[in-house]
Amino acid sequence: MAEISALPSSLPFRLWVRLPGWARSVLKNKKSLVGILILVFFFAVAMLASALAPVDPQRMVGRPHDPPSQKYVLGTTRQGQDVFSQMVHGTGTTLRVGFVTGTIVMIIAIAVGLTAGFVGGFVDESLSLITNIVLVIPGLPLILVIASLIDNPGPDTIIFVLCLTGWAYGARVLRSQTLALRHAEFVEAARVSGEPLWRIIAFEILPNMTSLVVSSWIGAVLYAILAEAGLSFIGLGNPNNITWGTILYWAQNNQALLTGAWWTFIPPGIAISLVGLALILINYGIDEITNPRLSSS
Amino acid sequence: MTRAIAKPAANKPSDDPTFFTKALDSVYAIVNSRFLRRRFVFYLVAAFAAITLNFLIPRLMPGDPVQLLFARFQGRLDPRAFEAIKAQFGFVEGPLLEQYLLYLRSIVTLDFGPSIMGFPIPVTQVIFNSLRWTLMLMGIASVMSYVIGTLLGVIAAWRRGNRIDTTLLPIASVLGAFPYFFIALLAVYVLGFQYDIFPTSHAYDTGISQDWSSPEYLWSVVYHMLLPLITIVITSLGGPLLGMRNNMIGVLSQDYIVMAEAKGLTERRIMLLYAARNAVLPSLTAFAMSFGFLVGGSILVEIVFSYPGMGYTLLLAINARDYPVMQGVFLMITAVVLLANFLVDVSYVLLDPRAR
Repeated sequence: MAEISALPSSLPFRLWVRLPGWARSVLKNKKSLVGILILVFFFAVAMLASALAPVDPQRMVGRPHDPPSQKYVLGTTRQGQDVFSQMVHGTGTTLRVGFVTGTIVMIIAIAVGLTAGFVGGFVDESLSLITNIVLVIPGLPLILVIASLIDNPGPDTIIFVLCLTGWAYGARVLRSQTLALRHAEFVEAARVSGEPLWRIIAFEILPNMTSLVVSSWIGAVLYAILAEAGLSFIGLGNPNNITWGTILYWAQNNQALLTGAWWTFIPPGIAISLVGLALILINYGIDEITNPRLSSS
Repeated sequence: MTRAIAKPAANKPSDDPTFFTKALDSVYAIVNSRFLRRRFVFYLVAAFAAITLNFLIPRLMPGDPVQLLFARFQGRLDPRAFEAIKAQFGFVEGPLLEQYLLYLRSIVTLDFGPSIMGFPIPVTQVIFNSLRWTLMLMGIASVMSYVIGTLLGVIAAWRRGNRIDTTLLPIASVLGAFPYFFIALLAVYVLGFQYDIFPTSHAYDTGISQDWSSPEYLWSVVYHMLLPLITIVITSLGGPLLGMRNNMIGVLSQDYIVMAEAKGLTERRIMLLYAARNAVLPSLTAFAMSFGFLVGGSILVEIVFSYPGMGYTLLLAINARDYPVMQGVFLMITAVVLLANFLVDVSYVLLDPRAR
């Protein structure tokens, strides 16, 4: 706050006051600000990929397992490909799988959770049963069994498989929140005034749990990024698509651990961890904004 | 007079009447709990759903499932064995219902036929060989991470805003964001290959005989388990820690905590017996859920450490396209997770009288 009030009529200040209130509180929170900055960085890398790394990530450009040097900042793989270029070009695919999956998962979760919580009765019983079953059946083994039946699944197939199992947690959280809101006075008022069901759900209930939806969405994106990395690492993604997960897969398959080629598996691992960290930081920031009691300061 | 005679007898715990009635009470509570009966039915339904999914998935895939699954083995296997495996999984000519019933029969009789990668070793044997390693590793790991995480959560909430809290919180958050298997990879690379402190693969030293009574073998089992165990515990600490911290903070604002402080009870007593005891129940269900995640996630850790549990077996089966073993492992992992969930429900009933 202090540094902002110091420049009252500057451009940043004018932009700042134009922001909606929620955006201002998210950016004011230290944790979510750091998280957003990390994400912005990776999105920028993904968009500027071909400018940042003009070297074809698939081409053999150097000797196998060359350690980092001035020419190849992150060294080369066993196949002599440029690791830096692979990292840069893999960013887009990794982020796309994460965010597309997270969004689809969240749409399913909202549809199921809000319908179950609001309609109640038999609809709720059956939707909750399905949700709880999907929740209790271990996800990763199921995903593995499905993915292994598809020949060379690309990123889109992985998105599809992850969506099948990923929606249940969000649906359960949103359902219980809907139950809490269901008999609130403004909802009753909308019902009495004859608003249709979908309108009550979309315009009365949903706006009142935005922070929950956003934090579940971020959780879903994190789940998707970690799961994609895991699937690709096992070799169930198409190993010829470049994602951070497949770089790890090739590192493991090419005995990078044994030969000490740390530059082939540390960068993708750190990148995945950084994105995960960013998402978690944003979530904690939102948590602190909406529930000040949790704040450690 | 009678009291004087009865007293020494009551002091011996073996025939302490209150202890005995308590135990009976608990058994009665478990058998009679409506909650547990409902949960039991739910787990049966879930198991049934998993079994049916297992049946449907290969049949829902585009193309001819039989060809997709088994074309790879023609020529590699004795044709009669091949037919037997197909029949075991209901891949026979005939209506879907008949296939399904055949499949159900093989599940109920626990007869999954021979495995493909280890032909003719039966699938059941392959699974049970790996099951004990996973159970041992994941059982110890999940209990350890839960207990340590919960305790740290109690301390963090108790000392909220203090140095302990402000260092624990970011560490827990960072750990939650790390991909499991990356930490494992790092551990193998640094402690296994670079410094050669820990073994880098397998569950025991293959050079010595598998004898559970010999201390040498036991030590090698423990030694091989240490590194995977530590990585799992460290990466999964965050969940219980943060969950417990949040529950505790909710409990700490209750009136009975203020009352306990006003009575002048010791700090430790309030923290553990008043606050933590009431905050731990919600996180018990979280434990059941995280056990599922752990067993699922253990697949990756086992792969990194080449630890011969269910996850590693699943990888081998996937690479060998051994569908019978894959199905069996999936069903077995599901069964283990469902059973663990039910056991947690039982302990919930024992700990919280309201659930009865």
